Amino acid sequence: MRFVNRSAGRLSRHRRGPLAGLVLLLVGLVTAGGLYTALAPAQAQDSDTLAIEVEKGRELFLVGCSSCHGLNGEGVSTLDGNNLGPSLVGVGAAAVDFQVGTGRMPMAQPGAQAPRKPVTYSEEETAQLAAYVASLGPGPAIPDESDYSIEGLDDDAKEAAVVRGGQIFLTNCTACHNFEGSGGAMPRGGYAPSLDGVESKYIYEALLTGPQNMPSFSNGNLAPEEKRDVIAYLKSLEEQPGYGGFGMGGLGPVTDGVFAWLVGIGGLVAFAIWIAAHTTRSKKKKVTS
Amino acid sequence: MDTSKVATSNSSAATAKKPGKAGVVANWADERLGLGTAMKKNLRKVFPDHWSFMLGEIALWSFVVLLLTGVFLTFWYRPSMAEVTYMGSYDQLRGLHMSEAMASTLNISFDVRGGLLMRQMHHWAANIFIASMMIHLLRVYFTGAFRKPRELNWVIGSLLLLLGTLEGFTGYSLPDDLLSGTGIRAADGFMKSIPVVGTYMSFFLFGGEFPGDSIIPRLYTIHVLLIPGLLLGLIAAHMLLLVYHKHTQWPGPGRTEENVVGFPMLPVYAAKAGGFFFIVFGVTAMMGALLNINPVWKLGPYDPTKVTAGSQPDWYMGWPDGALRIMPGWETHLFGYTIAWNVFLPVIVLPGLMFTILLMLPFIESWITGDKRDHHLLERPRNAPTRTAIMVALMTFYGLMWAAGGNDIIAIKLNLSINQITYFLRVAVFLGPVIAFMITKRWCISLQRHDQEKLLHGYETGVIMRSPEGGYSERHLPIAPASAYTLTARDRDEMWTPEAETDENGVRRPGGRLSGLRARLNKAWYADNVQKPTAAELEEAHHHAEHEHELQAPLEGHSADGHQFDGHHAVEGETLRGSH
Repeated sequence: MRFVNRSAGRLSRHRRGPLAGLVLLLVGLVTAGGLYTALAPAQAQDSDTLAIEVEKGRELFLVGCSSCHGLNGEGVSTLDGNNLGPSLVGVGAAAVDFQVGTGRMPMAQPGAQAPRKPVTYSEEETAQLAAYVASLGPGPAIPDESDYSIEGLDDDAKEAAVVRGGQIFLTNCTACHNFEGSGGAMPRGGYAPSLDGVESKYIYEALLTGPQNMPSFSNGNLAPEEKRDVIAYLKSLEEQPGYGGFGMGGLGPVTDGVFAWLVGIGGLVAFAIWIAAHTTRSKKKKVTS
Repeated sequence: MDTSKVATSNSSAATAKKPGKAGVVANWADERLGLGTAMKKNLRKVFPDHWSFMLGEIALWSFVVLLLTGVFLTFWYRPSMAEVTYMGSYDQLRGLHMSEAMASTLNISFDVRGGLLMRQMHHWAANIFIASMMIHLLRVYFTGAFRKPRELNWVIGSLLLLLGTLEGFTGYSLPDDLLSGTGIRAADGFMKSIPVVGTYMSFFLFGGEFPGDSIIPRLYTIHVLLIPGLLLGLIAAHMLLLVYHKHTQWPGPGRTEENVVGFPMLPVYAAKAGGFFFIVFGVTAMMGALLNINPVWKLGPYDPTKVTAGSQPDWYMGWPDGALRIMPGWETHLFGYTIAWNVFLPVIVLPGLMFTILLMLPFIESWITGDKRDHHLLERPRNAPTRTAIMVALMTFYGLMWAAGGNDIIAIKLNLSINQITYFLRVAVFLGPVIAFMITKRWCISLQRHDQEKLLHGYETGVIMRSPEGGYSERHLPIAPASAYTLTARDRDEMWTPEAETDENGVRRPGGRLSGLRARLNKAWYADNVQKPTAAELEEAHHHAEHEHELQAPLEGHSADGHQFDGHHAVEGETLRGSH
């Protein structure tokens, strides 16, 4: 027994020592403090950061966006009843991620349409702005990759998705964006931009939120899978080899006409001049008198 | 009599050399077909040499390319609107329902060896065919080659242009892809815009309501049988008339209204024309191989619920499409019927009117000028300022309408507003031709004046003379006699004088009512034209030049810088003062 209880006996020997209370207090405090540092802050970070993100987003918003969209994102009306910037209440994080993430916002100047341009805000700042705008009212959230990717499907389902997406695209999108997504003209200087090389996430967000001239294809209008299929079709066009050669911008018969005249007729007339310039002479040297 | 050269014996009789193999074949054919007599003359047929005379040849050869590639396509194309499920090798459309026409077009594109190349060559050749007819037409017009006796060939050529356009449109409609169907849908609308008979015509053509199931087979018959047959016949007539009239030529020393100076058909022109065929074929093949035209697989099968941005007709239908695009939306509602002026005027009336003007151009001109002479020598565009200006005005009209047909592409590529383009063009199509007419006419007349200067005072040498008084002048030297001949080898404009409205008995002449208009037009036609100098004027100008040279004679031999290079001295050993 002595062997077993040796240490216990040794500790208990100091149990009633004058410093025992102090040591116990110290141990208790260190343990509680250590546990607190290890566990408690992890929970506090989440709730705190959302609020902080919204706050940081608001700071950014006040500096970069409020001059057109209003100090609280309520929009600014001009005297003649137009919008300087529309209200952002309820546009959702997806709209911010699209507009700011593609560089369309902030606008460099007022105009017919905000063009895609180099991005102004970092990803972190974009997320903060999105958080702030999302806090103004319920709206579509930033989609997850699983929403717009067909990677999870098997080969047959993938092919079916592409075929279905193509038909949805040709029915709903080509009237403005052209049959291969090369873009098209809209009234008064507006335009449907080219879809070539646009990231899947942004296409999905554009469908969801309907930026600028574009109608919004809500989930009731075009189910999430249908949006995904449209994106799959567009990506399949990008991966497709150029059957038939150089596509000349994929703009339809206008560019065909330009090439028929410049390359076809231009080239053939040049050949005609060349043929006519070579007349029959017995000697190469010109006859001189 | 010296008989030393006469043979003294008959031991070796003259015998014909044994003919070669080619000779045997030729002889065999000649004895049966009589080709020798027919070819003897035509093989030596002379054609003048100028690049602009080969533009029509581009049209001829691209038509041959069209026939060759078109026959290939008919082997696999199925002109049927029966619905089938596409199961070919193009992934993005597999499993879709479409017409047999579209499915067979996809089959040609992806599963027939060389099929896509043939399709693209056929399409490029069609675009080039009509474009070359048009530049050929411009050449003929600008050089006055349509004048008597060639007016009917002008008419045939215009019909070829019209038929070529229709042929192109029917071909564009055959694949039954989204563009095809949109085009047919538009054509249906055009037809229906014709008051009273429009809807009946549409029902007749489509065999019922659009789209029905007969339009593609019908267009196919028109595309591969009816129009090509007419085209072939008219091309034959066009070329027979060309041979009969003989080719026109540019004026120059030795070239008259009575002769044709050039090279014979064999061997020179056969080689040049044959070679040109291979070049046309080659250019078409290169374009077919390298440039993607009408990607039907991306457009997908036609479906009336779908339409795409960038829906345009092929270029030759672009200008009526442009007229349609800029036309204000005028409609009249009459007794419950709608008359769609916004479609009827730009697409039915305007092209009909323009084609009539095109057809009538030779007759309008000869009526105004009263010129009934035969013309085999060409006129430079500057020497017929009004004629040139008329065509430039027509081209300006055409070009602006054409631009309107691509207003959406112009808008996105040049960052413009499609509305502003439309407003601009609505005005420009009326003002532009007028401005173009005036500029061209004055431009031609200035060029005529320049020719006149060259004839009378010589060309500018660039040698600056300084007179003893210190004045400066540029030395002119007479142009070469051959150039002078070419410049003066043109007729003086002959003003048409209207006959008296009534004859000696006081009876009104038939058709006299228009003679006032005709006289005014005639006056305007020739207004301000520069006539070539008379012999007396030329003589006087030469005397004047000689006199001037005499005046300058004292200066000769005096070393004034540059003066020694005035063209009157031997300049060997001469240097500029101060040269080291």
